[in-house]
Amino acid sequence: MPWMSPLARIRDALAGQRARDKDLRNLVSNLPYEGLDKWKQPNRHFRNNGIKTTKYSVLFFIPMNLFEQFHRLANLYFVGLAILNFVPVVQAFEPEVALIPICVILALTAIKDAWEDFRRYKSDKKLNRLPCFVYSSKEKCFVEKRWKDVRVGDFVKVESNDIVPADLLLLYTSDPNGVCHIETANLDGETNLKQRRAVPGVCITVSNTDILLIIHAVIRTGCLGFSHPDLVLKQHLVYLKGHETKAMLNNNGPRYKRSRLERRLNIDVIFCILLLFTMCIIGSLGHYLWLESMPSVPLYLVPQTDGHLDTPSLSSFYKFFSMIILLQVLIPISLYVSIELVKIGQIYFITNDLDLYDEETDATIQCKALNITEDLGQIQYIFSDKTGTLTENKMVFRRCSIMGREYPHKENGMFLCGPKRALKMYIYKIKILMFTKSLPPNQQETEVILDQKLLRQIRGTEKIDAYQDFFLALAICNTVVVSMATAKRLRVSARLTAEFQQTNQSNPLDTLSSLVRRAGSWTRLRAPITSETSANDLTTQGQSVNQTGGQTCSLHVPPQGTAPAVPAGKLCYEAESPDEAALVHTAKAYGFVLMSRTPDSVTVQLPSGAQLRFEVLDTLSFDSNRKRMSVLVRHPISKQCILYTKGADYAIMELLETPYGEKQQKAIASDTQQHLDCYAKEGLRTLCIAKKVLCDGEYESWAVQRQHALAAMDNREQLIMDSAVQIETNLCLLGATGVEDRLQDSVPDTVMTLREAGIQVWVLTGDKPETAVNIGYACRLLEQDDLVINMSCKNLCYWEKQSCSADPRNVDTTPDISLVIDGRTLTMLMSPDLRDRFVDLARHCRSVLCCRVTPLQKSEVVKLIREKLKVMTLAVGDGANDVNMIQAADIGVGISGQEGMQAVMASDFAISRFKHLKKLLLVHGHWCYSRLANMIIYFFYKNAANVNLLFWYQFFCGFTANAMIDHWLMIFFNLLFTSVPPIMFGIMDKDVSAEMLLGLPELYRTGQGKGEYSFFTFWISMLDAFYQSLVAFFIPYFTYRGSDIDIYAFGTPLNTISLFTILLHLSIEIKAWTIVHVFIILGSVTLYFIVTLAYGVRYLNYSGYWTLQAQMVDPMFYLVCLISTVIALLPRYLFHVLKNSITCSPIVEARHLDTLEPSTRDQWIKEWRSFRGRVQDKTSDVSVPPSPSLENLQDDTKQVKL
Amino acid sequence: MMASSYNAKEEDGHHSGAAGHGGAGAVKSRKPDNTAFKQQRLPAWQPILTAGTVLPAFFVIGLIFIPIGIGLYVTSNNIKEFEIDYTGVDSNSPCYSCARNFSSNSTTPCTCSLNFTLEQPFESNVFMYYGLSNFYQNHRRYVKSRDDSQLNGDLSSLKEPSKECEPYRTSESFPIAPCGAIANSLFNDTLELYYVESNGTRNLVPLVKKGIAWWTDKHVKFRNPSGNSNLTIAFQGTSKPVNWRKPVFELDPLDSENNGFINEDFIVWMRTAALPTFRKLYRIIQKKPSTTPTLPSGRYILTVTYNYPVLSFDGRKRMILSTISWMGGKNPFLGIAYITVGSICFFLGADIPN
Repeated sequence: MPWMSPLARIRDALAGQRARDKDLRNLVSNLPYEGLDKWKQPNRHFRNNGIKTTKYSVLFFIPMNLFEQFHRLANLYFVGLAILNFVPVVQAFEPEVALIPICVILALTAIKDAWEDFRRYKSDKKLNRLPCFVYSSKEKCFVEKRWKDVRVGDFVKVESNDIVPADLLLLYTSDPNGVCHIETANLDGETNLKQRRAVPGVCITVSNTDILLIIHAVIRTGCLGFSHPDLVLKQHLVYLKGHETKAMLNNNGPRYKRSRLERRLNIDVIFCILLLFTMCIIGSLGHYLWLESMPSVPLYLVPQTDGHLDTPSLSSFYKFFSMIILLQVLIPISLYVSIELVKIGQIYFITNDLDLYDEETDATIQCKALNITEDLGQIQYIFSDKTGTLTENKMVFRRCSIMGREYPHKENGMFLCGPKRALKMYIYKIKILMFTKSLPPNQQETEVILDQKLLRQIRGTEKIDAYQDFFLALAICNTVVVSMATAKRLRVSARLTAEFQQTNQSNPLDTLSSLVRRAGSWTRLRAPITSETSANDLTTQGQSVNQTGGQTCSLHVPPQGTAPAVPAGKLCYEAESPDEAALVHTAKAYGFVLMSRTPDSVTVQLPSGAQLRFEVLDTLSFDSNRKRMSVLVRHPISKQCILYTKGADYAIMELLETPYGEKQQKAIASDTQQHLDCYAKEGLRTLCIAKKVLCDGEYESWAVQRQHALAAMDNREQLIMDSAVQIETNLCLLGATGVEDRLQDSVPDTVMTLREAGIQVWVLTGDKPETAVNIGYACRLLEQDDLVINMSCKNLCYWEKQSCSADPRNVDTTPDISLVIDGRTLTMLMSPDLRDRFVDLARHCRSVLCCRVTPLQKSEVVKLIREKLKVMTLAVGDGANDVNMIQAADIGVGISGQEGMQAVMASDFAISRFKHLKKLLLVHGHWCYSRLANMIIYFFYKNAANVNLLFWYQFFCGFTANAMIDHWLMIFFNLLFTSVPPIMFGIMDKDVSAEMLLGLPELYRTGQGKGEYSFFTFWISMLDAFYQSLVAFFIPYFTYRGSDIDIYAFGTPLNTISLFTILLHLSIEIKAWTIVHVFIILGSVTLYFIVTLAYGVRYLNYSGYWTLQAQMVDPMFYLVCLISTVIALLPRYLFHVLKNSITCSPIVEARHLDTLEPSTRDQWIKEWRSFRGRVQDKTSDVSVPPSPSLENLQDDTKQVKL
Repeated sequence: MMASSYNAKEEDGHHSGAAGHGGAGAVKSRKPDNTAFKQQRLPAWQPILTAGTVLPAFFVIGLIFIPIGIGLYVTSNNIKEFEIDYTGVDSNSPCYSCARNFSSNSTTPCTCSLNFTLEQPFESNVFMYYGLSNFYQNHRRYVKSRDDSQLNGDLSSLKEPSKECEPYRTSESFPIAPCGAIANSLFNDTLELYYVESNGTRNLVPLVKKGIAWWTDKHVKFRNPSGNSNLTIAFQGTSKPVNWRKPVFELDPLDSENNGFINEDFIVWMRTAALPTFRKLYRIIQKKPSTTPTLPSGRYILTVTYNYPVLSFDGRKRMILSTISWMGGKNPFLGIAYITVGSICFFLGADIPN
């Protein structure tokens, strides 16, 4: 052993101690210590359960907030300037005055932070005050306490539908099996129920990394009983509290997205800095030359305190810094604050839009990212998920094929396809009649109109045949949880989620995205040596529930007594996926009612009324590699081991028994395959159902292996999967189902509109190509006469050969090319040597469908397009599988639909329907972008125009950094007189009305690419600022030249002209005047005069005393102001006139149309659209003959022309 | 398998119970209010600037501007102004020797006389200005080099002038009153005007020195130190500015209302000029009650007591006589500007639509 210094040894020992402390957490129950002083409590070291998400405390708010704010570079710049002011030789302002802007900005930000923090504090308080029941040994019962008073080591009782107050260790449940179900939607967004098992044991030490129950999860079992005196202690033992709960531990800093506009803006800020430096150098050089030109020391040169004069070079060096201080406003620091305010206003309007409100779910749009609103106006590519996003993700059973025979369920289809509106109205009426509450949910999905032929088949056969097997498989092979309608789960998640997010308001995105990640790795509860608990019991999470349950459940008598009493209609199914629910409902409709499901058994009621209780031997849960799930049950009558498997058709077909000579099986398989193809063409989601009968020996040998896999510590997932694959062989096909996933409301219209708006819509789905293509046609992503290139692995080699000749130039001639790619091909195309070509091709395609892609591929595609084409991308999805994509895109939109909350939590904007995307992008996106772009340009202009006045004055005051306006007024000018109008402009301006934007989607194109905020517009406005400042300075200069005017009397008209110019300039830019605009602009002017007049009277020490008063009685003042303002604004005015009269940009035309009467306007829009439609038709007709190379391509690739 | 709850959606409405603990007991719809403001449907006026709508406005601007311009131009032309440079740069100038031999220490003031002729008589009140060129009264440090509270009669500032006045704050350990560079550089030439009658006699033109400063400056902003009506005592313990020949309480010994800080010449000087070439009101020649013009045409003599050095910074000194109108002094610029802009607008507005 190498020699170690004693110090190092001690250090190591301490570190080890600490590590052990972390690893193991020894908990002692609080009960024996109840009522003792605090210092005697064994768990006093642990923090209490109070949550504190606030960043600041009242006492230290100011220093902490300041510290936080000085992380921003802009603020540091400002402080630097303020400090520079305290250097005597440099100072341009009185030091105190120079502090004002920074103070105001810091104060504004601090107020905003304080307000946010206060809201967090309030929601914390609300959460901390929630009640929960904690056992008290004094009172021998559970007493109500507040969440924050729960301490480590307490025993907590959580009842059905309660919210879990802390990370808990489950000790006992009312369920005889010691099982409870929790919902973790608040943590990971998964709305399905998860099973948790109680720990058999009282003396428990738990390691810190383990987790059992998480705060905010919903326990739903029956009431947790504690009738048995011995069991009193076996309640929930609190072992992680407040800040130590996993939820809080995962709470990280906010994710910060920077909008494209802001990135451009920063470049322009750099230009401004360069400009500032140029001006300062000119000033400093000018000062030097001016000093040099003097024959001797003049009277007005004031020496330093000690009586000597600085040399010209030194003096001009100082002047450089004075100039920076004087002209600092050129760098619009207040712009950042203003932008934030504007965005808050924009978001306020977005969230309050009635059109983005969904009655059904009572949800408005949620804006989670506060700073990328304007990016909504620049989207060029939309990547959409299919299921749940384009479609409802409410599955409707449509067709099935059993043993090779098709049962089309025509009536069912007709009923569902019928006029949706009428149906809806009908349902709505029912809802009203029944006061909505008692109506069973999902009317449409649960009601399956039976196929008479099939019904006859079932009725006819009483024996266990394939038909019965098929429906049994539907009923059994799933993870649906049955609950009584009366004890229905209460939906608290949505609201609590909102609340939870509020508490983490600064960082909802990151927390939750990290939670999603964490959710995958639910750690196993590791039992320490001291515990009596067997490792096996605790290893069970999710799928391994049955591992030990096998022994216990046989002893347990199922609650047969109660089950039949409940009418089947009252059963309520809660499924992990809508497909499952649809299938279970179908089975129910045919009389195979899933009555109850425990970890160990499934009870099914047969059409005859008899109930069969299947013992569940194992559940092989779904994973995306196998693409199937299986349930292994023991038949109660025949005692056979039966494996029911359900999965994607190709995943099942591969595993079918290869019967030698058994023609029937072969025929069934081929027939079923035929049906499946047919279903897929109709856009149905297909599933194959198969079964396998195992002999006992086979099962037992497999079960041993399974046990090993489940108990394995390393590589467990893989082993479990392998074991599943092992048994899922030689299946016997029962049949197939076709489930329809209906399109959401007005999806085709939305897709069309988005496309017209110049947005490329891609669909990335995990479904198979046929289904995807069909949905593509249904939602008008693909048109009937499109050329659809289907790329799949088989023909990829051809593709590679042909890709040289099929270069985009040729493709270009046909406008309507669509690309369908499957996942494996996509993987190849994403390889470094092909990706450029792929992007090139995809760019020329009208639409692209990627099928069978994994979540990771989705995000890779998004990233590829975003980076290669440098375009703005938006990803929209609703499920956990879209989270990657949502995070990869510039804007992530989550649809709060059926598939939980992960997507919503990772998103920047959460909407409830796909169709909302239309208004969100076309109207709000356009508005936000054009508002913000114009506001920013205006802000640059405003500051430049104002500051340049000072710059021009330097030429007449020897470049001494003097100002002709009092410093206070100068600061007020920016902070008070001219700050509100641009903010209002940024929040409220409307260039084109919403109707117009929706009616003419082309208008959206103006924002794409560079849009209104470009290099060009920036410099035009800067030039304009220079021109206007020249006018505002030199007209008064020539007017007052040689007269007896004093500095401030000269500065007053300048300032006034500047104010009027700036405000009237804004008035020219404002596209729509409302009463608010008028009020604010007039208010600014009034404020200017009131403040300046008051200032001129109040401050005797002000050398400009009474100046404005004196000026205002002089007619010349008005005459000068009038002509200067007119001359200054003339070019901008003419520019707008010419722009509006000569160029015919769509926006201008739309604005013209906007002024028309609504009826005339609609007429116009119609004409416009029909005209455009005609043009499009023509072009597509003309370009039908494809180029030769393309034809080769078509030969080699599979051309789907439908 | 995607995690989801099939029944989730419809149950939102049933929310109560556990969430009720959160205080959201009453189910409140999140439906946004349907108000014009929130829905961004406030009645709005959407002007579109196009040639058709805007050019008439130009026409109107032209119609308004041209008359104003003409009015301004005519008014400016009616103003009579006479200007004479007495710096003495040129060797022919009578003040040449004074300018050359200037020394701030000399006790005997140098005087010089300039002859000039007014071609036209000056009616009504005539304002007499002195003009300085290339004098940067707007130099940053110069402008700040004053103590306004001292000038407002504040006693503590009188004894302890502001630091801004450095290095003209104290002199030989006495505080300077008035302190600062502006006061120190007070213009101290004396100008006298004689009318030479046809018979050769010189009549002194009466110059009024009151009313040349702003009323508010004279009566509010500037005040002598309070406490004693005798200025000599009030200013005791202070020192005169370095460049001054006499202390501030002797600026006008004859009129106590025009002495000390409220001396109008001083106040006028303290209003620092905006531009390096400026004029400052020196005296007013009041209109005579009779019909004779204030300044009849003819020969005049300007006598200058030459105290103020300007050659060090290449400056010029002028004496200006000017009548005055509502628009101030003579300046045709604004009138021309109005006429030009008015014409441009007028033609833009009148021609293009046709």
